[in-house]
Amino acid sequence: MRYTFLLYSDPSDFADMTPEDWAREKEVYGAYIGALQDAGVFVDTDWLQPADTATTITLKDGERRVQDGPYAETRETLGGFFAIDVPDLDAALAWAEKCPAAKHGKVEIRASAMGGA
Amino acid sequence: MTATKARAEDVARAAYGKLIAMLASRSGDILAAEDALSDAFVAALQTWPERGVPENPESWLLTVARNRRTDQVRKDARLVIVDEVPEMIETRAIHTEPNLDERLELMFVCAHPAIDPSVRTPLMLQTVLGLEADQIARAFLVSPSAMAQRLVRAKRKIKAACIPFVVPDAEHYSDRMAFLLEATYGAYAVDWLEGVGDLSHEAFFLSTILADLAPKDPEALGLSALIGFIEARRDARVKNGVLIPVQEQDTALWDGPLIDRSASVLARAASLGRLGRFQLEAAIQSVHAARATTGRTDWRALSQLYLGLVQSYPTLGAAVSRAAVVAEDAGPGEALALLEKIELSAVQRYQPFHAVQAHCFARLERLTEALEAYDRAIFLCVDVPSRRWLKKRKVDLQSRLS
Repeated sequence: MRYTFLLYSDPSDFADMTPEDWAREKEVYGAYIGALQDAGVFVDTDWLQPADTATTITLKDGERRVQDGPYAETRETLGGFFAIDVPDLDAALAWAEKCPAAKHGKVEIRASAMGGA
Repeated sequence: MTATKARAEDVARAAYGKLIAMLASRSGDILAAEDALSDAFVAALQTWPERGVPENPESWLLTVARNRRTDQVRKDARLVIVDEVPEMIETRAIHTEPNLDERLELMFVCAHPAIDPSVRTPLMLQTVLGLEADQIARAFLVSPSAMAQRLVRAKRKIKAACIPFVVPDAEHYSDRMAFLLEATYGAYAVDWLEGVGDLSHEAFFLSTILADLAPKDPEALGLSALIGFIEARRDARVKNGVLIPVQEQDTALWDGPLIDRSASVLARAASLGRLGRFQLEAAIQSVHAARATTGRTDWRALSQLYLGLVQSYPTLGAAVSRAAVVAEDAGPGEALALLEKIELSAVQRYQPFHAVQAHCFARLERLTEALEAYDRAIFLCVDVPSRRWLKKRKVDLQSRLS
């Protein structure tokens, strides 16, 4: 089963971070990615530009509408994701628990509706 | 026909959870398992009266349910009437591994931390014991449709999120077992007094299953003993619609064999050498139970056990119950002092607090305060027998005043 971790955090929590802090953070994520790869469960990951740079498009009401900004304005925004391939939710939870993003924000775990790998 | 129907119902009750667990464990699809099993029961009611009850009814039901599910999986467009039922020669026992019972895995799924805590107990009652949603809804004081919706949502989540049907590994076992025991205890506590929906009886059943499935878990045994002791007093706890407190109950109405069994389960738990909350609570009930043979309640022992309970597992209920026991052991003044230590905002709406307070005031001849406390307790009391009991005590007190 493929699971995606949606990483939510409050950007203001990172406002005071120094370049050294960021470098350390990068290392921490690098180690996490390495661990996922070593375990053979890594599928994909990305770190996204801030939510206020988002562009939202919808054709829902039959009309093409493009909007500057994220779909929903919330304090905690989607900052990135991981996709991993593990047998079940318990295994996914075990990896999500180790995800550095869980320390600062929240990790939402969603199973793939397409099923497997 | 009625005999066959009764037999089918007996089999259903005894085997329901096992069959659901076996049908759902691989796919994680509890809803489909329930559908398939209910079809199998319909088939049983149709065929058993003609051909007789099969030698191994559980295997029979499992085979029919599996066939039904395979049909569904194939998405056969035509309506499949259940006519292909297995022959009577099906005598293979369900379990090749006697130590493995899928019900435990199913229970762990129901009590999984990824499931909304408020639905864990209902989910267990439905999937393990086969209770209907409206029966559960009554006990949990929610509308049947709301309960049905919550249950369906939980089952969908189990499948969609791929919650595994396994006994958790050592790292997570004790946390999840604690959830499971809480859920079972919750089911028992939810209507222990009225016992109208028989829910407490079902929870009692659940706790015995749990103790059978996890015989090395002292708290599973402790819970089974705890519920057993309380269940043994079922016939004595209400008389003419009025609650009778445990120390005043007619011990002749207690279920002696169940008390003995609970005592031996508790002894087995103790021999495992890991004390826990349910074992302590069971020990408290065993002291009450001892009155059947000794003729008196050992308030000193109760007071000590409650001290242990509030120190290790502090809850509001334990703190208030401890005060009630101290009132009998050391006296009402000491009990009131204990009650005063509890944060008032926490107990304002907690009925037992006011009842114990009223009792202590009355014994200290502080009658006005006692009457006021009874009024608060009566106002907060939702179950009928307890309410009548409180009113009776208030009336007795008033007659002393006039």
